[in-house]
Amino acid sequence: MIEIDVDICTGCEKCVEVCPVDALYMEDGIAVLKEEECISCGACVSACPVDAIEPVIEAQEASELSKYEGVWVFAEQHDGTLKETGPQLLGKGRELADELDEELCAVVIGNDIEDTAEELFAYGAEKVYMVEGPVFEEYSTEAYTAALARLISKYEPNVFLYGATHLGRDLAPSVAGRLGLGLTADCTGLSIEEVEGRKVLQQTRPAFGGNVMADIVCPNSRPQMATVRPHVMSPIEPDFERDGEIIEEGVEVHEDMISKEVLEILEPERAGEIPVEEADIVVTGGRGVGDCREDFGLLEELADLLDGTVGCSRPIVEEDIMPKAKQVGQSGKTISPNLYIVCGVSGAIQHKVGIRDSDHIVAINNDPDAPIFEMADFGIVGDVEEVVPALIKKLKNSEE
Amino acid sequence: MRFVVLVKQVPDTTEVEVDEETGTIIREGVPSALNAFDEFALNVAVDLKEELEEEVEIIALTMGPPQADEALNKCLAIGADKAVLLTDKVFAGADTWATAVTLGRALKNIGEVDMVFAGQEASDGNTAQVGPEVAAHQGIPQVTYVAEIEEFDPDEGNIICKKETDEGHVMMKTDIPVLLACMPKPSFEPKIPNVKEIMKAKKKPTEEWGYEDLGGDEEDYGLDGSESVVMETYSPPPKGEGIKVDDKPEVAVDRLVEFLDEEGIL
Ligand SMILES: Cc1cc2nc3c(=O)[nH]c(=O)nc-3n(C[C@H](O)[C@H](O)[C@H](O)COP(=O)(O)OP(=O)(O)OC[C@H]3O[C@@H](n4cnc5c(N)ncnc54)[C@H](O)[C@@H]3O)c2cc1C
Ligand SMILES: Nc1ncnc2c1ncn2[C@@H]1O[C@H](COP(=O)(O)O)[C@@H](O)[C@H]1O
Repeated sequence: MIEIDVDICTGCEKCVEVCPVDALYMEDGIAVLKEEECISCGACVSACPVDAIEPVIEAQEASELSKYEGVWVFAEQHDGTLKETGPQLLGKGRELADELDEELCAVVIGNDIEDTAEELFAYGAEKVYMVEGPVFEEYSTEAYTAALARLISKYEPNVFLYGATHLGRDLAPSVAGRLGLGLTADCTGLSIEEVEGRKVLQQTRPAFGGNVMADIVCPNSRPQMATVRPHVMSPIEPDFERDGEIIEEGVEVHEDMISKEVLEILEPERAGEIPVEEADIVVTGGRGVGDCREDFGLLEELADLLDGTVGCSRPIVEEDIMPKAKQVGQSGKTISPNLYIVCGVSGAIQHKVGIRDSDHIVAINNDPDAPIFEMADFGIVGDVEEVVPALIKKLKNSEE
Repeated sequence: MRFVVLVKQVPDTTEVEVDEETGTIIREGVPSALNAFDEFALNVAVDLKEELEEEVEIIALTMGPPQADEALNKCLAIGADKAVLLTDKVFAGADTWATAVTLGRALKNIGEVDMVFAGQEASDGNTAQVGPEVAAHQGIPQVTYVAEIEEFDPDEGNIICKKETDEGHVMMKTDIPVLLACMPKPSFEPKIPNVKEIMKAKKKPTEEWGYEDLGGDEEDYGLDGSESVVMETYSPPPKGEGIKVDDKPEVAVDRLVEFLDEEGIL
């Protein structure tokens, strides 16, 4: 719901134009709200040039909580290609939905994404809510927030999960703020627990750079929302025969509502390469590898052999050897691959926090006391220049 | 023009541990500091102010215990013109949303604000939520993962910044007022204030506001105003002792491949 400050309203009608459900009209030169129509999408709040409209967040009544049903997953896509987080969240979502005895649904937003939507059934979604249109072609916080606020207000899901990608960490708190909901960031565990006789979503997350774990619940607001670290959850075996229902939701977003514009894409993804946060196997190099791009050739060869991708520590980005998108750690990507091979990285806390959730860590370092060994499941004390070629040779031999 | 920088005093996270008996976080004796990302955000604001021809007032705003004034003093020495500390028993136990509401109301109190700067995330909670939630509360746009400001056009009322995405970087143009959640470039070196700046900082105005200054009901703040409840905190399960091989590369690599086979990775 919103509130209109009649003293500030200038009667410009911008809000009436952008309201997707015609909940606003003009009376005596001032905007008036039809409360029963309002879906709290916030379009008018952003559109008002004089800040006369403020969102009002109503507390949810305890008795109303039970009407929220369904486990929903935000399925991120880029140019029609599904990001891995969607299927991963659906994998966990399936478990949660079964435990709650509720439906598992996915939400996909974009332009021309019908095929992408269809794909989600293979990963376990029973229903897919799809919001399509040219304004959704490129991600914008405003348009996507409006779409999700609309879907949530209308369909009232119980649980809503996002991937903790850059996009997810931009979008989820914006939706939470718009609707005044609780949100738990960067979860590594999710389960259904009983609190005060009600089944709630328990969210487990690391804090204080991973030195502390916390179990968190949002008992009094619905949906219960969380962002989940990529690669912590596993998708189910896809079954492309599976079918489901696509519900197309028309959400009109006025161009004026979007106050941002991407002028230039600076470092486009290198074609064919898997982003570090999505790769199953990551081979990372630090200052111990060398000081130019060529030195990383060895690591790239290893990564290619393993169908993985190359990552790096922060100084490597600083020295312009690798692009920023490759940086692993606190100010880079948080990753949780199945196998993390880390070469010539000392293991500073800022690096470690980014790799804690890796299933297997293999460290190669010539300093037997390097802190990285404390985290390694398998450590090799040795020179990268010798160990990596030996490993490549061994892998090539065993392939033949 | 007025810029507000949201800053937080955080404990040194490498020193934080859980009291195994009570399950609470041990904060005593843990040194605290200005959150590094917030310091970067403040530097961005100060640099921008220096470039602009018109008058700019920079206000550092924090919600925290009375000791958080240490962080504010540092901000004043770095270049903030004024500091506001939001401190009140009622604010204690706030989750990100209750924090955003508190900061948001303080922003309304401050009046006309052209730009809000925040850190991308705080090193204690690491949620990266407070910034975007403040933007939502104010009904202003947000740009997260801001690496640097490229161009600011106060007359046109827009700003171009370089922003990190999942794929790399983009140049993003946005209308002001806007909230920028800033993420230091790898090469960021914070300004170290000199003695003169530290002395000057002592004369700059500081204000302290409680919940009565912000309005609303007590229930809107702190634990009562929070949607998320921490049930339990604990130390992460210790990692089992790993294997460590210090031998000829060929031997080490053989053992590694064996290990990877056993774990079903290859
Ligand atoms: C706010 C902040 C955020 C940060 N964020 C990040 C982040 O996101 N990611 C990150 O990585 N860092 C980050 N850092 C930096 C971090 O503190 C460390 O400085 C950095 O991780 C060190 O990188 P490194 O291990 O590659 O280099 P070094 O610390 O120099 O380590 C090099 C290692 O290589 C070994 N070595 C040298 N030669 C060889 C050889 N021939 N064979 C084998 N081993 C060899 C050495 O023994 C040493 O252990 C951050 C710092 C701050 C303050
Ligand atoms: N208590 C607070 N007072 C002022 N700013 C805060 C506070 N908590 C968080 N912030 C701001 O929000 C950013 C993100 O914090 P967080 O969501 O906790 O990771 C921080 O970098 C600060 O700029």
